[in-house]
Amino acid sequence: MSSPGLGTPYRRREESVTLERMEAPLAGTQVESDAELFTINMGPHHPATHGVLRLLCTLEGEVVRDVTPLIGYVHTGIEKSCEDQQYWKVIPFVERMDYLAYYFNAYAFCAAVERLLDEQVPPRAQYLRVAHMELNRIASHLFWLGTSALDLGAITVLWWALRDRDMILDLFEMSGGQRLHPRYFQVGGVIEDIPPGWARKCLDFVAQMRTRIDQYEALLNENPILLERLRGVGVVSQDRLKQLGVTGPLLRASGDPWDLRKTIPYSSYEDFEFRIPVGTVGDHYDRYRVRIAEMRESLKIIEQAVEGIPEGPFITTNRKVALPPRHELATSMEALIHHFKLVTEGFRVPPGEIYEAIESPRGELGCFVLADGSSKPARVHMRDPSFINLQCLHDMAEGELIADLIAGIAMLDPILGGIDR
Amino acid sequence: MINATGLELTARAIGEAVGEGSVRDTIFFRDQATLDVRPEDVHRILSHLRDDADERFDVLASLHGCDYFPHEPRLAVHYQLLSTERGERLGVRTRLTVEQAETTGVPTVCDLFPTADFQEKEVFDFFGVRFEGHEDLRRLHMPEDYEGHAQRRDFPMGGEPVLYTFNEHKVPRWYE
Amino acid sequence: MEIRRQPLQTEPQAFPPEQPGELRVRQLRARQLLRGEIEDSQLAEYVESRVGLTTLEKAQNWARANAPWPLTFGLACCAIEMISVVGAPRNDAARFGAEVFRASPRQADMIILSGRVAMKMAPVIRRIYDQMLEPKWVISMGACASSAGMFNNYALVQGADRFLPVDIYVPGCPPRPEALLHGINRLQEKIKGQPDLGWRERYRAQGTEEVWGRTGAEAPAGGAPR
Repeated sequence: MSSPGLGTPYRRREESVTLERMEAPLAGTQVESDAELFTINMGPHHPATHGVLRLLCTLEGEVVRDVTPLIGYVHTGIEKSCEDQQYWKVIPFVERMDYLAYYFNAYAFCAAVERLLDEQVPPRAQYLRVAHMELNRIASHLFWLGTSALDLGAITVLWWALRDRDMILDLFEMSGGQRLHPRYFQVGGVIEDIPPGWARKCLDFVAQMRTRIDQYEALLNENPILLERLRGVGVVSQDRLKQLGVTGPLLRASGDPWDLRKTIPYSSYEDFEFRIPVGTVGDHYDRYRVRIAEMRESLKIIEQAVEGIPEGPFITTNRKVALPPRHELATSMEALIHHFKLVTEGFRVPPGEIYEAIESPRGELGCFVLADGSSKPARVHMRDPSFINLQCLHDMAEGELIADLIAGIAMLDPILGGIDR
Repeated sequence: MINATGLELTARAIGEAVGEGSVRDTIFFRDQATLDVRPEDVHRILSHLRDDADERFDVLASLHGCDYFPHEPRLAVHYQLLSTERGERLGVRTRLTVEQAETTGVPTVCDLFPTADFQEKEVFDFFGVRFEGHEDLRRLHMPEDYEGHAQRRDFPMGGEPVLYTFNEHKVPRWYE
Repeated sequence: MEIRRQPLQTEPQAFPPEQPGELRVRQLRARQLLRGEIEDSQLAEYVESRVGLTTLEKAQNWARANAPWPLTFGLACCAIEMISVVGAPRNDAARFGAEVFRASPRQADMIILSGRVAMKMAPVIRRIYDQMLEPKWVISMGACASSAGMFNNYALVQGADRFLPVDIYVPGCPPRPEALLHGINRLQEKIKGQPDLGWRERYRAQGTEEVWGRTGAEAPAGGAPR
């Protein structure tokens, strides 16, 4: 069969992406004018990229001189779709953006809407949200660990990480009903209280996870291959990272202890005692160590949250915003009307705009919601950390070898769902 | 900006530093501060806030666009500034009509905050706002030759009609 | 209360456990065969008991079904569940021969489209599908790949079957790893030639598209098919 693509419109569209910037003298690099530059295309389908990321790499031999990410291959138009949905229906859409940190996406949106409504979230709901978010942070870091180690060659870690991740997903299934993307966070709290036995199972998991993290560290921390590949590679200075807007473990690995959970606390994070792991050099090895240490700190937070969870309602009692409990529908007329209005039309949010930011496993996840007084948002925009962090790939990989570029993508932890939205 | 008075003082300081009328409006809503500024002064204002102000903001946390249809001026570009020393945020927004956005546009802030590179491309892709001085302003998410600016409010949602039993035999399928 | 225990009703075993002494008998008969001492009807009986007969096509299909090598094609959230299928020790695709995820389309048998198919990505997927060698199968995993899921908008192809022939659709958002494995099992049955017709078989019914035709111009006056 003939290979398609030579005369097709897609090929012509591809050629519209010009390489002028590559062929012209590259700013900021010391490239001799007679250097042989060779541009290759990695992706969008490639075993090493975490999702459909397309990279145009300009190489001089094996050394990377320029890297341009081309994105948009999983652009789903979520932000536009959200404008057509009621506020509580937006939550499943928004969960699917950064698809490893689904609770964070949902929380950012819910927090923005709660702020617009000036709604108070009951403390039990706040603690439950914190516990679920930290579990999701561990799950996200485990998946990162598994796939990064797979990229670097340590395949065993993938099996281990997915095994532990299955335990966390069991907990999510117990509380929210689904492993990925449960609509557990709602505007005003959480949709349902945790079932009996969840707290016990969660604490068992925490105890088990501590030994498991010790096992990961024992395998990887002083592994000579990992040290060779990650030490001293991909150093970007703290100021440059701040200029690029990079936040999260990447910024913390370079020495800046900027963590929104500590600096601008939200959802009762100020009640918990935990530390912020910070790196010294800012190379890939520091980024790896920072994430492992973050997993340990998250375990501490989960333990404190689950053991200290206060009694009370799990969602706001304001019936104009949250559904009334089902047993009331049989007895109270107002509850019936509230239920009907909320399900058919949804609650209305007074006009205003809010930008609410939280600390997701990849950095600052911000949600901008513009409300126009109706029951559907007029604009939902997520400031996705992977999208901003992707801009530092160029700095990380320039002057390094191709294999370091692969390690760089792995340590960057990009999630294409968040990048493309 | 811890409170509304602080916001007013900042607005006045900017007005003195950059020019009268550069700050059109100040909004303090739910403890969040926003300045509404003129599009042509955006670069000077952000540079003032980054370098010269009494309370400086060193990180541009987010740059995004918004469509206020049907309120004119319709298109807006929002800048969210963050100060890592004080843990404070300030929003700066500038509103333009569609003609302004497509002809003169907004000056780019890539030289002040290199993080704006991808984000300005995204705003151009989805709203059609041109950024003067941006070296490589082209579409980011949509294909290069896509027509239309997708996140404007009057751009159709797309997709296809949902089939129910009452319209199943009336709606022509995509292969017809 | 009296508890009665009954053994599980199982089908008669294809290979019943060996009686003592049977091995020796088999060895002696094999020696007789090799020496040419068995004749005619006894020979036919012996061969039939030791050898399975089938057509080449069935054997080929059996081999193909039991080792479908998927292509690494994760697009979005469903990819994570797909990696859980192959990676997590709990749901292991290696039992079904599908643990070898090949990165090159030339070496892969099936492509599991896991995730939302954006308009920009569709020609890329088509090109990769064309590079795969026959026989190849497509599993469309998740709601987004089967029908664009909840995203009825400008950016997604409304179902991957618009540009690819799909063999198995696995619903879910995201489908559980067990659901994907069920989908792989159904694909194996389909390859072997015994596709499960599902509800059509259970209810002995026809779908509306079969009754009403493509445009529905022949819709019966009463509405639903009788």
